[in-house]
Amino acid sequence: MLQVSADPIDAAQALRSFEAHASDAGAIVTFSGQVRPWASSGDVEILHLQAYSPMTETGIETAIRDAQSRWPIDHVCVLHRVGDMIPGDNIVFVATASKHRRAAFEAADFLMDYLKTKAVFWKKEQTASGAKWIEPRAEDYSDAARWKDKETV
Amino acid sequence: MQKILYFGRLSDVTGCQEERLEIPADIETAGALRNWLDKRYGAGGVLLDPTVRIALDNEIIFDGAPLHAASEIAFMPPVGGG
Repeated sequence: MLQVSADPIDAAQALRSFEAHASDAGAIVTFSGQVRPWASSGDVEILHLQAYSPMTETGIETAIRDAQSRWPIDHVCVLHRVGDMIPGDNIVFVATASKHRRAAFEAADFLMDYLKTKAVFWKKEQTASGAKWIEPRAEDYSDAARWKDKETV
Repeated sequence: MQKILYFGRLSDVTGCQEERLEIPADIETAGALRNWLDKRYGAGGVLLDPTVRIALDNEIIFDGAPLHAASEIAFMPPVGGG
């Protein structure tokens, strides 16, 4: 399942739905990302996220297929917010289900690296000192590079 | 009239995220459009930066690609991730 929407993400509810959907799996891993309250230029008041549909969704679907080709995962859920958010809001929810935990952990980690660096989103932080568009951090790129040419275990 | 979209920081330069424009007939490629819009907005080369990619109807294209028949043209700075 994939959803890119301005609707709030209820991670607890998303997990319950995913557990019901993936009750045959054996191992479920979830990740929720929240809007951070701080930025280099001060306290974050609003985080604005822009997507370009359907390019954003198409890219995430490709990453999901890539994850499925690398690890034996049975179910995947990616929920991503767009629009204006405040600190503490869930910005992303990723869940993976597999027969064994390692595949579920690694696939979720892989999808998050895609979402943090390659996904088609533009992000603007509003602080007391003004608004600033944010580009990926160097460590986001190096995190994503971990998966390059890596053989599936 | 063609729909043109400006994502991320580019909308700060153009003052809009979306507009409909009559593109002159002699602007035949994505690269020519880039140049024309950069001058039009006095963007000082922001739109010419090679990291700013252009998509025609949701497909990333090179500057030499023809514009004809595209209904939506998007200017995309490097993506910031989620």
